[in-house]
Amino acid sequence: MAYSEKVLDHYNNPRNVGSLDKKEADVGTGIVGAPECGDVMKLQIQVDKETGQIVEAKFKTYGCGSAIASSSLATEWVKGKTIDEALKIKNSDIVEELSLPPVKIHCSVLAEDAIRAAIEDYKKKQGTKDQEQ
Amino acid sequence: MKQNIRKRPIYMDYNATTPCDPKVVEAMLPFFTEKFGNPASRSHAYGWEAEEAVSMARRQVADLIGAGPKEIVFTSGATESDNLAIKGVAQMYGEKGKHVISCVTEHKAVLDSCKRLETWGYEVTFLPVDARGRIDLDELKKAIRDDTILVTLMAANNETGTLHPIEKIGEITREHGVLFHCDATQAIGKVDIDVDRAKIDLLSLSGHKIYGPKGVGALYVRRRNPRVRLVAQIDGGGHERGMRSGTLAVTQIVGLGKACSLLQEGMKQEVEHCRTLRDRLETSIMDQLDYVYINGDPDNRLPSMTNLSFAYVEGESLIMGMKDLAVSSGSACTSASLEPSYVLKAAGVEDELAHSSIRFSLGRFTKEEEIDVAVEQVVSAVRRLREMSPLYELVQEGVDLKTVQWEAH
Repeated sequence: MAYSEKVLDHYNNPRNVGSLDKKEADVGTGIVGAPECGDVMKLQIQVDKETGQIVEAKFKTYGCGSAIASSSLATEWVKGKTIDEALKIKNSDIVEELSLPPVKIHCSVLAEDAIRAAIEDYKKKQGTKDQEQ
Repeated sequence: MKQNIRKRPIYMDYNATTPCDPKVVEAMLPFFTEKFGNPASRSHAYGWEAEEAVSMARRQVADLIGAGPKEIVFTSGATESDNLAIKGVAQMYGEKGKHVISCVTEHKAVLDSCKRLETWGYEVTFLPVDARGRIDLDELKKAIRDDTILVTLMAANNETGTLHPIEKIGEITREHGVLFHCDATQAIGKVDIDVDRAKIDLLSLSGHKIYGPKGVGALYVRRRNPRVRLVAQIDGGGHERGMRSGTLAVTQIVGLGKACSLLQEGMKQEVEHCRTLRDRLETSIMDQLDYVYINGDPDNRLPSMTNLSFAYVEGESLIMGMKDLAVSSGSACTSASLEPSYVLKAAGVEDELAHSSIRFSLGRFTKEEEIDVAVEQVVSAVRRLREMSPLYELVQEGVDLKTVQWEAH
């Protein structure tokens, strides 16, 4: 299969690979996919509580080149955005940016899900903390 | 040509196809131009010359498998041979019985021919395999019924290299008076096959897996004890003793014959060459990486290949990382169907490990230096991708992945 230049670039030089401490209150972690399906994405965000801005994002992905590229791109895009802005990222934007072929669209869907899951996790943490206070 | 031609990757996909041996090409060349006759032309020297070349090729193919030249039917390849054997036998002996036995890990050419029989009202038993891809001979015996007419089982599996015990299978089928068709496409040239010793009644082989040209193959059809008859699947001029019509592809056939005679001379050294390199590849990789598993039967498989699963790394991304290697993967992502390998699944390999499998198949032209480059690329790509893998991270943290609730997609 031929990959687009952008997929190859993300695969060869993935942005923001790594992990944040998932126990931290300002970190949201989303893990989506399943090993038996051939792709699992972990996407983490660190949020500035004052501004609501995503100041750091990291990912780790088990999956094909397009899955790695989709999650790499997702971390790049969410950085600097507020949570609400990040929620507006659609899988179709990722498809377009990376020129993913139809068989790889599920990779972009997974990346969108990963962003949502990470934000949800962060919000949940904030919610419980607010209750504690 | 200019220098900007990309360096070609190291070829380690000999199970998919092989290059033509230059000696094969040399033998074929005159038959494109000056020796272009039709072997069916009995009235002039052009025809006689072509007929003679085909006869020689027929003998070369027959000699390699211990058959007689009159038992060889030339076809367009192993897929056609499998189709002809299975459908041809079924139609010829359909009045005697309508039951056929095969196995879940056979090549699609066999499986789909069997499925076609089912639409014609035949019943097919697909034997299961164990974790190493082996069938249970007792199950084979139990599956044979009064109306069983054919057992079709491959000699060596294309994906894992697992060998079926063909001599024991032949013993059983002969004893029960059932015909035995063996798809030997992958085994020819790598394992000794003698149709009499293994009591094989029909055998499929292909040119392009043994350094011959693509588009040619053969079906061995036993002529005595028992005499096997077939219903032709392609009708026409009655070539190949009525079993396969169509003007003989003399050039291709000459190439196939030459390929067989080269194997006859050099197979022993070639097998040793491949085995040494395969062992070096496998051992070096496994010495440097953990969580690597051999698929298939390590004790009884083709000497020229290994199929390895690299846990926590997905096959397609791994192939992307090994830029200088031409290998294949059992991962869904590299197939059109988006399903991981049915051969690995049948052997009980978990989907996750099937997604992580890579087949390295070596051959006549593989060099030792290439093995070292391959090892280095595999090891560095796997390490890099594991650094990026959330699964590897979880395992390093001591999490049992089976206890994780995945949000399946």
